[in-house]
Amino acid sequence: MRGTKVIQALAALAGLGICGSAHALEWYFREPGSKLAADVDWLHQLVMWLIIAIFVVVFGAMFYACYAHRKSKGHKAEQFHENTAVELVWTVVPAIILVAIAWPATKVVIAQKDTSSPDLTIKVTGYQWKWGYDYVKGEGEGISFLSTLATPRAQIEGHEPKGEHYLLEVDNNLVVPVGKKIRVITTAADVVHSWWVPSFGAKQDAIPGFLRDLWFRPEKTGIFRSQCVELCGKEHGFMPIVVEVMSQENYAEWVGKKTKEMSAAVEDANRQWSEQELVARGEKAYAQHCQVCHQPTGQGVPNSFPPLVGSKVVEGPKDAQIHLVLNGRKGGYRPNTEMPAQNALSDVEIAAAITFTRHSFAKPKDNIVQPAEVKAARK
Amino acid sequence: MSSVVDTHDHGHAGHDHGHHGPYGGIMRWITTTNHKDIGTLYLWFSFIMFSVGGTMALVIRAELFTPGLQIVNPDFFNQMTTMHGLIMVFGAIMPVFVGFANWQIPMMIGAPDMAFARLNNWSFWLLPFAATLLVLSFFMPGGAPGVGWTMYAPLTVQMGIGMDLTIFAIHLLGMSSILGSINIITTILNLRAPGMTLMRMPLFVWTWLITAYLLVAAMPVLAGAVTMTLTDRHFGTTFFNAAGGGDPVLYQHIFWFFGHPEVYIIALPGFGVISQVIPAFSRKPLFGYASMVYATSAIAILSFIVWAHHMYTVGMPVTGQLFFMYATILIAVPTGVKVFNWVTTMWKGSLTFETPMLFACGFLFMFTLGGFTGLVLALVPIDIQLHDTYYVVAHFHYVMVAGALFAAFAGVYFWIPKWTGRMYNETLGQIHFWLTMIFFNMIFFVQHFLGMAGMPRRIPDYPLMFETWNKISTIGAFGMGLAQVLFFYIVLDTIRNGKPAPQLPWEGADSLEWTHLPTPVPYHTFETQPVIK
Repeated sequence: MRGTKVIQALAALAGLGICGSAHALEWYFREPGSKLAADVDWLHQLVMWLIIAIFVVVFGAMFYACYAHRKSKGHKAEQFHENTAVELVWTVVPAIILVAIAWPATKVVIAQKDTSSPDLTIKVTGYQWKWGYDYVKGEGEGISFLSTLATPRAQIEGHEPKGEHYLLEVDNNLVVPVGKKIRVITTAADVVHSWWVPSFGAKQDAIPGFLRDLWFRPEKTGIFRSQCVELCGKEHGFMPIVVEVMSQENYAEWVGKKTKEMSAAVEDANRQWSEQELVARGEKAYAQHCQVCHQPTGQGVPNSFPPLVGSKVVEGPKDAQIHLVLNGRKGGYRPNTEMPAQNALSDVEIAAAITFTRHSFAKPKDNIVQPAEVKAARK
Repeated sequence: MSSVVDTHDHGHAGHDHGHHGPYGGIMRWITTTNHKDIGTLYLWFSFIMFSVGGTMALVIRAELFTPGLQIVNPDFFNQMTTMHGLIMVFGAIMPVFVGFANWQIPMMIGAPDMAFARLNNWSFWLLPFAATLLVLSFFMPGGAPGVGWTMYAPLTVQMGIGMDLTIFAIHLLGMSSILGSINIITTILNLRAPGMTLMRMPLFVWTWLITAYLLVAAMPVLAGAVTMTLTDRHFGTTFFNAAGGGDPVLYQHIFWFFGHPEVYIIALPGFGVISQVIPAFSRKPLFGYASMVYATSAIAILSFIVWAHHMYTVGMPVTGQLFFMYATILIAVPTGVKVFNWVTTMWKGSLTFETPMLFACGFLFMFTLGGFTGLVLALVPIDIQLHDTYYVVAHFHYVMVAGALFAAFAGVYFWIPKWTGRMYNETLGQIHFWLTMIFFNMIFFVQHFLGMAGMPRRIPDYPLMFETWNKISTIGAFGMGLAQVLFFYIVLDTIRNGKPAPQLPWEGADSLEWTHLPTPVPYHTFETQPVIK
């Protein structure tokens, strides 16, 4: 691919000249991280070369005519206007070329659809606006966590310089072992999202109420980054997907660590928390899950997201607030958009976040919510 | 808006000399049943909508100039992408070709007017109300819907009242299109001059006949889809909600059953314009007239069985994916026939390159490029990589802008001498073409790279590695916007100061409006039908 290198270099020069940007120019598929992605890349190159060949022939003819058959050069128009043989040829030949493309494409489609006998099955749930990962079957079964954007708001709003992985970093990476067939089952809790890892050639819409699946077999370790690719509302651009491929040993270690964390979390949910603990934990949870809409100040956004400061719900009885956070509230006629149900969050997170809001944005009497109360409120 | 129409009014004063002339002033335009007046209304309406939708595109591009959120919040960004799409598709591109149809079809087939003159007036006057509803939605609590022009469920259920206004606007737009199409079909089938057999009709008329059938078949489907959305929102139905036994993907199937024919509704009249322009400036008859008619019909029929290629990533069974992939690549055959015919028409002609021909060549070159990326996207495995990325954005703008819009520009420059009796400024016209051509490619060619590198569409902010291409794209967008200000000036300048056009400004043009009617064309034409030998 020397030609590609040359084009890349030229494009880089042009880009640098215009913008003085320090970033390498990305202009082609990312380097394949699985056989499937490599097959797609190969198929794309096949089609591109065919297209370029046809393009050169057809527009070579057009530009030649534009040059040689001009009136200003004294060219007299001939008056032919049909030729059955020629017309037959240019109907049949393209049809044959298309069959030549369809054949290899079909093979890749069939391979892409074969999600049978996976080593590890993970359920991916799209939420507004984060991803939930549940390890359903295989090594690590039972692990479950949410994955939200880790880029600080200050970077997005331009108060801080942007980091290397701006918008492509999360708090909890999806971790998978190298060389294993991974089956991903997608679904969503609210609206349609779409889960995509370009390096694996894997993309599947996550549809609320339905299960769909895809598979990939990562061939090398490393971190692979991507984003949600189906418009899912306001924060659609801010729910990245980060997959970390680990060696088998590291993966086993990670599973052990994660399982311990999960059981610690269960204990956490059952114990009584102190006020300071809850507020401190709640500040984190609020920043992670609530402030994209309700804003760090709790003032909301007029006509879109209601303020928590002075809100009747935050001032009022805590049971009602627990209920609203767990189950969400419909939009519709009201000016405010729908509040999505937050029942994917843990009891600790919900209890802490509610406690935090009842300390920071209002001062009702019963301002402490224990995880046990949230647990009881779940149906 | 009124100032624009007034301006045009002066231009028309010169040929209001028909018997039983029209009302004066604004009432002329409100009450008119004259196909030429209504054509003019459609053209100005679509230009206004083109400006509004273009301004929204500039807001989008300005926000994307650099990473981070600078100008608009993500909510408003989504409203911009949604309204840009809806306004450009339903407000700009569709009406501009109905404008052409109104002006040209009666003159090209030797008819005195459209078959249903009053219905024609109503078809147009539905549009300003629909446009008003769309714009009003911005001022509703919660703003305009931020759901994308495809309006996928169930995101639509979360939106505020602006969504309802949009749904009603789409109902009105659909009604307007259906009524307009019925009128066009009836006119073409019943009002042709003696001797104007179907296979003698100019290709522009043919493409519109086929387009009108597509509209009649496809628009009610869209109306159904948005009505189901409306009842899901307010009346407790669950067509698209799994919790009540519905399916969000059902919406996508219904939408794209409309949406794919819609692509050809937009493209086919443009094919028609190009098929008039290329032979005229090649001074040579269109090559393969009959095969053009058959190819257009084949494209129209195939367009109804390929809709799910917009949905390869929803998770169809493998047989479904294969069926839609094969059907889609099959469309490349008739489309190829058309491109080959156009190029062969130019071959061994006697070519000149006035502005209409420049836009026709630009169309041919870049529409074909858009067709090729369409072939790439038709292949399931590649589409799964590229779906919902900027590659798709680049692809459909090559088809919609370099295809339909360039054809519309070619048509305006081609026929404006006939409509106004005046010539446009050729130098300025050519500058307009080159600016549009260069800036268009600057905007959209680089978006292919963005898509392949993995930038999703409809995001207000992006990772740092996409910065350079986005900067180039944004600079191109502002250049292209400025070029259209030049276009506006050229049209005004033609109407006010243009040199009188000769009877036959284009040596090779040979359809009835050039050969049988004076320039400028009188208010009423073909009161006695010509006999075509």
